Amino acid sequence: MKSATDPAPDLSRSPDRLILTAGDMGRVIDRIAHQILEKSAGGRDTVLIGIPTRGAPLARRLADRMRAFEGVDVPVGVLDTTLYRDDLRMRGVRALEETTEPPGGIVDKLVVLVDDVLYSGRTVRAALDALRELGRPGAVQLAVLVDRGHRELPIRADYVGKNIPTAPTEQVKVLLDEVDGRDAVLLQGGRS
Amino acid sequence: MRKHLLSAADLDREQATLVLDTAQQIEAALAGREVKKLPTLRGRTVVNLFFEDSTRTRISFELAAKRLSADVINFSAKGSSVSKGESLKDTALTLEAMGADAVVVRHSMSGAPHRLAQWIRGSVVNAGDGTHEHPTQALLDAYTMRARLGRLEGLRVTIVGDVLHSRVARSNVLLLSTLGAEVTLVAPPTLLPVGVETWPAEVSFDLDASLKADVVMMLRVQRERMAASYFPSPREYSRRYGLDAIRMGMLADDAIVMHPGPMNRGMEIAAEVADSVRSTIVEQVSNGVSVRMAVLYLLLGGAEVPL
Repeated sequence: MKSATDPAPDLSRSPDRLILTAGDMGRVIDRIAHQILEKSAGGRDTVLIGIPTRGAPLARRLADRMRAFEGVDVPVGVLDTTLYRDDLRMRGVRALEETTEPPGGIVDKLVVLVDDVLYSGRTVRAALDALRELGRPGAVQLAVLVDRGHRELPIRADYVGKNIPTAPTEQVKVLLDEVDGRDAVLLQGGRS
Repeated sequence: MRKHLLSAADLDREQATLVLDTAQQIEAALAGREVKKLPTLRGRTVVNLFFEDSTRTRISFELAAKRLSADVINFSAKGSSVSKGESLKDTALTLEAMGADAVVVRHSMSGAPHRLAQWIRGSVVNAGDGTHEHPTQALLDAYTMRARLGRLEGLRVTIVGDVLHSRVARSNVLLLSTLGAEVTLVAPPTLLPVGVETWPAEVSFDLDASLKADVVMMLRVQRERMAASYFPSPREYSRRYGLDAIRMGMLADDAIVMHPGPMNRGMEIAAEVADSVRSTIVEQVSNGVSVRMAVLYLLLGGAEVPL
């Protein structure tokens, strides 16, 4: 199984295709922030939980935009799902990342999980398990920057930045300023 | 690829730091939770194979494995097939046949875990072998130092007492030197091992001259390992090498006092020192669970072992 963060195979022959520019990404995040505000009656009882690595800064950006649009302070948390994955044995053990519960907890809140790429759905499944340990949310929704298809579980996103039809041999690379020094979404590998 | 943790020297700096970071993240992930349980090692079996009495280490490993949802089997030599004369090898093959994914072994003979590792397919974790090594103790000590003092690089650590019989001291010297700390061993000449001058540590016979440290780690006087008399009397030992309130007063303001336990209060450490705010003795115990969870996760969690 591959995820967006796996090291890329030999890409020397196929150039990266730019799917979203920094400007596109800003507009997409603005739209998702508006959609969350719309669905949650202005961000009432809503918390954002980012899934590391890149879901965490994305969740913070969404919270910033929601504050700018409506003046609401939406609590942000980070949830590392590694210890809840069901495919650990098929891949190498990964270093863990931080987990921080959002201020005020998640009990009876509308929890919006935030991740960069939705692919097999296994990360989201692990996140749902991990979330259960923090309490019982009122509802859980999913926001992703990119949906690339190839689901292996019955999971769908509530907010999608961009749907990108991909081949399994391709890789979607999300770059974020906070982690990678610039904003972009690239498609790598595959059909040459 | 290695999949055992037999010696603190098995870990290079990057791997040791990975264990400490992983322990820190696990601790943060479980902090304040009602259900302190992770599903990570579901369906894996961890055998605690203890040929020597131990309370805190066995319970710590058991708790660590259970918090990761592994199945735990406790095997102590007393009242087992070992008391009927079964050899270590046959015991190992039995465990192998039952499909143990990891064997946590404590043995009174130095090197027993190394032998065990040659006989079984699962991971072997050394939980203390004779007077040789106790790597997870060194990891939890390093974790405690880093948590309290914020760093390990350049930290001055004085380890005091029965270095000769101490697997804790040996593992700590190896690990701390890997992580960049400066270790001084303080003991009467009779309680220093042969060849200590080759260890990556300074050696001193004078505790009062070695109190300019960030960490003072007191070792237990292990009477059960002492056939001969290594010092004239407990009182004399205590006077020269015990940490009392007066010596504690000579420490730097933020210096900490550690002890791997179990302690002999009034012998190597005075009760008022053990119960002072400088003492990390209780923290060491709770940190031990997080560090052992990290070790089990890194050894058993994935298809490849990063250690």
